[in-house]
Amino acid sequence: MKKKLILILCTIATAAFSNGCGKKSENTLTVLNYGKYIEPEVLEMFEEETGIKVDYEEYITPENMYTKYKAGAIDYDLICTSDYMVEKLIKEGQVLPMNYDNIPLAQNLDEAYFDFSKSFDPETKYSLPYFFGTVGILYNTEMVDESKVDSWDILWDKDYEGQIIMPDSVRDAFMVALKRLGYSINTTDEEQLREAQKLLLDQKSLIYSYLVDEAQDEMIAENAAMAVVYSGEAGFAMEFNDNLSFSVPKEGSNMWIDSWFIPKTCTNQENAEKFLNFLCREDIAMMNFDYVYYATPNNKVVEQLDPELQENTTIFPPKEILDNCEVLKSLDDTTTTLYSELWLELKAYSE
Amino acid sequence: MRNLKRQLLAGPYMIWIIGFILLPVVMILYYAFTTSSGAFTMSNVLTITHPIFFKALLFSLKLALLCTIICLVLAYPLAMILNNMKSGHQGFIVFIFILPMWMNFMLRILAWKMLLSNNGIINTVLDFLGLPELHIINTPAAVVLCMVYDFLPFMVLPIYNALARINRDVIEAAKDLGAGSITIFFKIIVPLSMSGVISGIIMVFVPALTSFAVSDLLGGGKVLLIGNIIEQAFTQDYNWNLGSGLSFVLMLFVLISMTLVNSRDTEGGANVW
Repeated sequence: MKKKLILILCTIATAAFSNGCGKKSENTLTVLNYGKYIEPEVLEMFEEETGIKVDYEEYITPENMYTKYKAGAIDYDLICTSDYMVEKLIKEGQVLPMNYDNIPLAQNLDEAYFDFSKSFDPETKYSLPYFFGTVGILYNTEMVDESKVDSWDILWDKDYEGQIIMPDSVRDAFMVALKRLGYSINTTDEEQLREAQKLLLDQKSLIYSYLVDEAQDEMIAENAAMAVVYSGEAGFAMEFNDNLSFSVPKEGSNMWIDSWFIPKTCTNQENAEKFLNFLCREDIAMMNFDYVYYATPNNKVVEQLDPELQENTTIFPPKEILDNCEVLKSLDDTTTTLYSELWLELKAYSE
Repeated sequence: MRNLKRQLLAGPYMIWIIGFILLPVVMILYYAFTTSSGAFTMSNVLTITHPIFFKALLFSLKLALLCTIICLVLAYPLAMILNNMKSGHQGFIVFIFILPMWMNFMLRILAWKMLLSNNGIINTVLDFLGLPELHIINTPAAVVLCMVYDFLPFMVLPIYNALARINRDVIEAAKDLGAGSITIFFKIIVPLSMSGVISGIIMVFVPALTSFAVSDLLGGGKVLLIGNIIEQAFTQDYNWNLGSGLSFVLMLFVLISMTLVNSRDTEGGANVW
């Protein structure tokens, strides 16, 4: 009797589990995006206008996104992520080509950014640019000597011990060290990567914290003197604190494009494309720009902005800065593993 | 028939145990001893001998031990004071003690972040009073401080319960026989409250050893505990096998520490097994 009961319970338990993550209702769209990367009202408006229910989820770093996607617990319909991660997934055959006939408003986007996308999506058939920018130093003019922020060297200056925020994201942190050494940010040379890691290890005692999304909050609250951040974050923080300023160091930096792509798990591609078309619409793109405050590839939005904002070099990096920047490329597995090891060693390091 | 009814009542609990405790443990064991392709391997578990992982484990043990000692030192006198109070006041103080737990654990950690940050509330007050600033945010000190704050009630309450159970007559008898208060404390109160102390130690040490959220938020990405490494293996490196292997090692350490502590407890009562 007892055995039978246990058996029944086991069956119920397994049944409950396998059903739990089964079918979702017909008219939904599951979206995965970076944190703080869409105006929440946009989602509501989309739901109201189309009757499609949006399940919205966020992640922190591209590596987190990859894990969430690969874990396969949720079938995502639409994902937004950075260049090198889009490239990695395209290479793995995880991305579906987009049907641009369903996204007529994509013509609002500047051709130039599709050209940039070619570095990771050569035929531009898999990705749709969302926002772009650079990485640089957000600093507090009251606390930092402004003549020195034109170089990454300042992040190793002992005068700023305990006042520096570095990105808590592997590729971004190594980008800083690699650029300071004058190497490519896509190097696969172990020697160069170890040299970069050595620099980051030396720097650790000067670091206030390693952060991604919270870096701007810490800078607004003046808890630190400088932070390595994405350009849009800098523009956002500067709106809240007049002492803040931004510089892209002369050694060059990373130019990134975050793009939407439709993963293989997509169950309703038409809905996904409807959503993309919606995002390209002038008023929606404007709302998103106001909220996210990163450079938008949407010409219709840029045209409408105050001339002052159009010329804001923090948000819209000028050409000469972009020419000095590299786009991150996806790396082979050996280098990715090496990166993970070096990163862990850095995180575990203490004097 | 009556027996069956009883078993049916236990049903929801059985489902809970099987679905949320046994199955996950079995899955962790499976992942811990297999490679990503499913072949048997010991390498995930043996990774703990890697210097970085071993260092993180030792560091976690050190912080957890430190946290437990501080909690014990703070909690024991407090529980004694509480026990000697009038019964009406006791309830109120215990209530005050549990009050912070009404708020979410995460929010409390974030509140500490606001308090401790370079330009935070504590430093603003210290500045105003002309005292030197406190720079412990993003260091192990901040992590230990927050863990002590979070886990202290788990130490105070079991000790207080154990103390409250001690029969006053025993103490009166000791007094009658001429024992001084120091003798009474060491010969009667301490041994009789040991069961509470042991529950308290386990309830503080185990979560402190396995925690990763506190070090993540208050360590500024600079304090690497074994919990953080496991989290990273799962969320960033997409290496469930490694994460499970390390979790298994951590479970062993939890079991060992519980056995060590529990072996002293002969009277039962506080058995958390």
